[in-house]
Amino acid sequence: MAEYKWPAPAERTLIGKRISRVDGAVKVSGHAKYSYDYNPKGLLFGKVLRCPHAHARVTSIDTSAAEKMAGIKAVQIVQKPGTEVLWQGDDIVAVAAVDEPTAEDAIRAIQVKYEVLPHNVSDAEPPAGAGEGPAGPMTEDDLENALGNQVPDAQVISDLQKRGVTFQVTDDMTKELKGYGVSDAVINALKAAAYHPEAASQPRSPYQKMAAQTQGDPDKGFASAEVTSEGVYGAPVITHCCLETHGSAAEWPSSDHLLVHCSTQGVSGLPDQYAQALKIPAGNVRAHQDHIGGGFGSKFSPDRWGIATAQLSKSAGGKPVKYMLERDSELMTAGARPSAYARVKVAAKGDGTLVAWQSDSWGTGGPAGAGSPPLPYVFEIPNQRKQHTAVRTNQGPARAWRAPNHPQAAVITMCALDDLAHKLNMDPVEFFAKNLDMTGPRAPIYKEELPLAAELMGWKQKWHPRGDKSEGPIKRGVGLSMHTWGGRGHASNCLLSIHPDGSVDIKMGSQDLGTGTRTAILIVAADSLGIPMNAITLNIGDTMYPPDGGSGGSTTIGGVSSSTRRAALMALDQLFAKVAPALKAQPADLEARDGTVRVKSEPSRSLSWKQACAKLGAMPLSVTGKNPGPGNLINSGVGGVGMADVSVDTETGIVKVNKMVAVQDCGLVINLKTAESQCYGALIMGISYALYEEKVLDPVTGRMLNPNMEFYRLAGLRDIPELMVHMMTDPLNENRGVIGLGEPPVISPGAAISNAVANAIGVRVPFLPLTPDRVLAALEQQQKAGA
Amino acid sequence: MADDDEKTSSGVSRREFLKISGIAAAVPLVAPQMVEAAGEKVPVYGPGKAPMSFTINGKRYSAQLEPRVTLLDALRDQFDLTGSKRVCDRAECGACTVLLNNKPVYACTVLAIEAQHQPITTIESLSQGGKLHPIQAAFVQHDAQQCGFCTPGFVMACKSFLDQHPHATEEQIRYHLNGNLCRCGTYKGIREVIAQMSGTKGA
Repeated sequence: MAEYKWPAPAERTLIGKRISRVDGAVKVSGHAKYSYDYNPKGLLFGKVLRCPHAHARVTSIDTSAAEKMAGIKAVQIVQKPGTEVLWQGDDIVAVAAVDEPTAEDAIRAIQVKYEVLPHNVSDAEPPAGAGEGPAGPMTEDDLENALGNQVPDAQVISDLQKRGVTFQVTDDMTKELKGYGVSDAVINALKAAAYHPEAASQPRSPYQKMAAQTQGDPDKGFASAEVTSEGVYGAPVITHCCLETHGSAAEWPSSDHLLVHCSTQGVSGLPDQYAQALKIPAGNVRAHQDHIGGGFGSKFSPDRWGIATAQLSKSAGGKPVKYMLERDSELMTAGARPSAYARVKVAAKGDGTLVAWQSDSWGTGGPAGAGSPPLPYVFEIPNQRKQHTAVRTNQGPARAWRAPNHPQAAVITMCALDDLAHKLNMDPVEFFAKNLDMTGPRAPIYKEELPLAAELMGWKQKWHPRGDKSEGPIKRGVGLSMHTWGGRGHASNCLLSIHPDGSVDIKMGSQDLGTGTRTAILIVAADSLGIPMNAITLNIGDTMYPPDGGSGGSTTIGGVSSSTRRAALMALDQLFAKVAPALKAQPADLEARDGTVRVKSEPSRSLSWKQACAKLGAMPLSVTGKNPGPGNLINSGVGGVGMADVSVDTETGIVKVNKMVAVQDCGLVINLKTAESQCYGALIMGISYALYEEKVLDPVTGRMLNPNMEFYRLAGLRDIPELMVHMMTDPLNENRGVIGLGEPPVISPGAAISNAVANAIGVRVPFLPLTPDRVLAALEQQQKAGA
Repeated sequence: MADDDEKTSSGVSRREFLKISGIAAAVPLVAPQMVEAAGEKVPVYGPGKAPMSFTINGKRYSAQLEPRVTLLDALRDQFDLTGSKRVCDRAECGACTVLLNNKPVYACTVLAIEAQHQPITTIESLSQGGKLHPIQAAFVQHDAQQCGFCTPGFVMACKSFLDQHPHATEEQIRYHLNGNLCRCGTYKGIREVIAQMSGTKGA
């Protein structure tokens, strides 16, 4: 039996090296096929009529003119009259036509009437007392909030008895709650609670105040502190702005079998979602995807438009229908990162030791409000009081955005700590270093990373007390931030076959988001089997292959690398058993290296890979490596440090980043080249959201004002400075196993750049993005305060 | 320039166009059609489909298209040349960059009818017989791509830029390649590609 572990450093032929991505050639040549490129004969084109109002009720829909138009093959009402629409751009009617212009004409021919309802798109600070006052019957959200925030059982029970509930309590629900560890006493109180269905439809306050969370003794903490800093910080709603918009092509090969080409981060998870919506067995749904043009957390579901696309195809006799969102629809509806802001009070002893934290945070994730970011971030300050208010708005629904809630938490925490360092007259590097013992299990890695990052940045030469005192309007400064992430590998199945002719193939339901998943799988398989990467055929991105987890939470690399390693080692076990007699050796004495199967102690006693595989006989050997599985191949928990060097023009307010540094740990690196690319890309995306990105909504009309790429600005090539990335690849980190990397490095740039701007101009610009108007406003306030 | 004025790429002269636009409302739906305007016979295209022909990557293609169809949609939907992508659909991001008469254009904002009678070069022509163009090979080597959706447009923009600026300065790179956008953040690799190809320090 193989021992399931990673090869020792000296034995690695590919793992940890810089390897070019295997799908590089097909991408640069324009031959890579995305869902958007699926172009079968007879393809119909979908279009969706979208609600122009931020909040409205559909009163009537007349599709008769559209239905009569030549070239229209199907019309599907997505949201019926009577439906309440909660954001601009929500889907109302979908059509399929022989070509796109005809579909657009049909959309214009549809008449929809709305009762326009009052909207709220503002995520400004909640007024005092918001979300308090007499509470009506508990909604499911209220209950979830109470249970999720460790509200004592006695209080939950008393609330249920006094307030009742707006929803019907079902057996499934109580069973689910029990599964989450909710106590019998609470479940019994829930079952007995008075049912007030009428309350569910009553207007509710947009503010949902969560239960306050306290740790230690914050009052005592603040009283004992020598220096206290107060401030307000935050980051707005931004979009994912995937370059390939959301969407899919759907067709019905038979009346109850669906085939979809869907732009998704989770191929294996799609059938069940389609099946539930379309009332067909999940086994009858096949999903396929070769390449995806960006997801960043926003592409896990077929979405309303995807289900509508499948319905259109069905109405059109099963013919393929493709519908990809237009750019404006993409930015309005297909993903937003929740905003988060907070008033923070943070205090330290005179030597810089942190003692107390208090935050009143708020933010919106659209109609569902938004959960609290993890505050205070990274540092477990001993005395804390924090309270979060979720603001329900008609902003459009939130979706996970690369490291959900962490960039916001970093902005709030790291900017507050940087302001405190300023009040303490301390260099932030020294101040952060002073408190690293509060960072929990990642403390040792931060202790290595922080000085390393400072050295790469040239911090000692560049840092100065707040406010660049040099002559002229251009001020320069440096700032830093720290972050953490989990990244344990998801469930994965690797079906690996070795054929008697020596060929090897792998089948996995996984997907490559452009992170280099294909390349990583092949590196692990080839390194393990001792054959070149191009000797292995890799098939991914299809529900015909064994299921794999969705690519979210930086869980893919851990999942696919460990399942592939296990599959390869299992396959070798079987192969060695067949080959051993021919080499007059025991299976345990064999190894697969350099395209041969040979005796470890006497490498000249060997068979070529092909000769060895011929010993399999007539049948291929086939194994499935799984994650989770035997051996400690993966781990969770990383730490990283980000630093920024900026110049600010105090006359125009324009911020220019001069240099960014990322120092990052992710355990054992499979491919150094694509790992570094993740970090470079994250720094660039970080510059983009720090300086430019914001989903701007008009308070009067409730509509998005910048649903396009000239006013929803992404960083361009000229905005990108010198970037330095250092991966922590020492044996201590490598021995932890493989850990995900996609998300962590994107967390720090926003806070680091904000801190660098404060260091340059001597005043905090409270909210991202650090646009010229905000920079000038902060400078003006500073001037007024000084006058 | 006088010739350009006389005959535009769509084959419609400016004089003819002015006449047509004055009578467009009366044009029957079948196209193309010769109508009498200001005492002369002039061809009218649209609003229905009109026959069009193109020279793409040295090959002749023809299709029946409405005059409102863009070059990008014609390439993708009619001729299955899907390397060029529609991303912003308004000349902002460069993912649809092709060469028209050897000049880079945003195919999403060029009408197909206007792109007739001029050589069109798309990403698909750059690698021949499975052999990558040196710029493409450099993209792979420097990992100047992640999801790859902006990559074909970037490769075309880089090729055109390098053809015109074989020894580009850093400032020229920053200026000329700022018309293509990437979401994954591959600009560092792209700068390395240009630096390698032009022999400058660049990145």
